[in-house]
Amino acid sequence: MSGNVGSLGLAINAALVRRILVGFLAEEVHKVGLKRAVLGLSGGIDSALVAYLAAEALGAENVQAIIMPYKQSNPESEAHARLVAERLGIEHCVIGITPMVDAYFELFPDADSMRRGNKMARERMTILFDHSAARSALVLGTSNKTELLLGYGTLYGDMASALNPIGDLYKTQIWQLSEEMEVPREVIDKKPSADLWAGQTDEQELGFTYKAVDELLYQMVDLRKSRAELLAAGFEAAFIEKIYAKVQNSHFKRRLPVIAKVSNRTIDRDFRYSRDWGK
Amino acid sequence: MEFIVALAQIRPKLGCVSDNLAIIEASVAQAVESGADLVVFPELSVTGYFLKDLVPEVALRIDSPEIAKLRVLSRRISIAVGLVEESADCRFFNTAIYLEEGEIKHRHRKVYLPTYGLFDEQRYLACGDRFRAFDTRFGRFGMLVCEDMWHLSAGYTLAMDGATTILCLSSSPGRGVASNDGLGSARAWQRLTSTTAMFLSCRVLFCNRVGFEDGVNFWGGSEILTPSGDSAVRAKLLEEELVTARVDDGELRRERIFAPLLRDENLDLTIRELRRIEKERRSAHVW
Repeated sequence: MSGNVGSLGLAINAALVRRILVGFLAEEVHKVGLKRAVLGLSGGIDSALVAYLAAEALGAENVQAIIMPYKQSNPESEAHARLVAERLGIEHCVIGITPMVDAYFELFPDADSMRRGNKMARERMTILFDHSAARSALVLGTSNKTELLLGYGTLYGDMASALNPIGDLYKTQIWQLSEEMEVPREVIDKKPSADLWAGQTDEQELGFTYKAVDELLYQMVDLRKSRAELLAAGFEAAFIEKIYAKVQNSHFKRRLPVIAKVSNRTIDRDFRYSRDWGK
Repeated sequence: MEFIVALAQIRPKLGCVSDNLAIIEASVAQAVESGADLVVFPELSVTGYFLKDLVPEVALRIDSPEIAKLRVLSRRISIAVGLVEESADCRFFNTAIYLEEGEIKHRHRKVYLPTYGLFDEQRYLACGDRFRAFDTRFGRFGMLVCEDMWHLSAGYTLAMDGATTILCLSSSPGRGVASNDGLGSARAWQRLTSTTAMFLSCRVLFCNRVGFEDGVNFWGGSEILTPSGDSAVRAKLLEEELVTARVDDGELRRERIFAPLLRDENLDLTIRELRRIEKERRSAHVW
């Protein structure tokens, strides 16, 4: 990407977004007759931000955070997760996932890091949904728009939730809103990481910066610019192709499972209702 | 003549007709309490907005007991309310009705059903086929439902038909958070309602709902615009509220003296030119 690509479109009115997202969480939790939410705190900025929004929307006493480290997780992650929970005064506990994950991979010792990472994400998901039932609390999603569009997440793992307040915000917008909400400085400033192995960072694994990809995604997805317009805006052809392919190839992750149609009314095709039906 | 308008910026529950009628009844009582002569509700206030396949389940016939109850309420205060209307031939309309003195004085079936972006109305609903002004105890009114307002011809036709007050019932989703000036859709609507009032030297009574449906927020900001395009009152963003403002004929009269745009409007010329355009399009098959 060359230097003439502007980034004005990614600037948000953070106070307004805060108001909308807090309203969203309060209303969508309360109207299903519940008052609590549960979320996984990783120590990263996305889940920290969701915790801040949830505490403001529901009251700190109605938010439960679960910290779910694996033995190889960076200890700093757990420390940052605790810092967020303590700063907010929300209930939190640590449930390590090493015994479950390791027991499974004893059967498949050759499994690669992708399989292991997916398993960890899904292990955490089962813990969150178990607590959802145990505590009558909705599971909050913490995936942002950048990773949802790129498919940089685990289907039925970290992508699973009941409500996601930040799924329409790009990573660079997450940073802006986190400043507004006064998420701890050390959480905002550190490099984003899936924390699957020591020293891993998102940007190194993805091969581009969030700033660069957010700008491209914004112009490609939100503004619907054509390939010619993106080239004219200064994006490199190879970068455009790569990101377009990532969005296309991960689309299955953003959809419900495909149902083979045989009847006159098939779920989600010609049987269509809002989820808030009757709420 | 002078009258007090209340805008009931409510939060309907999706698909819950009886709950919403209770909300409407409570707001009517509140409007009466505040001394209002007319209370305006949002688009689809009886049903909620993203109905999809619920449309036939929540639809009401114009002679239904639910509407009869609203007619009774209208003996105390004039009411404009939005619902899904089922016609005798089993079509479903996004309809606004105006009730006064125990009668339905007017029914407007939304003409322009948005079916793009996040909207899918024409999949589920039938289009209305007319814009008509009507007489009320407060003078001649016209009613539009949300997207209708974005078509210049809609408000223009009502003004040509003698309306001096235009009611716009809306369920407008909030989107666009890039600006420090506030929500993008709110700014766009504020420009639209103000400009429409100015162009037509009409009052605009805009009532928009609040609340969330499947993550989509409705931004509220209901507003009464004077015939000069100024804001007489504007409700809060995103929160339930009932706002009132006093409306008087003096302001309308002064505006129409100050800028007699409607007096000078050449209806014959407009009709002639539109006929020519229609004829040319037909013969050229250009659409």
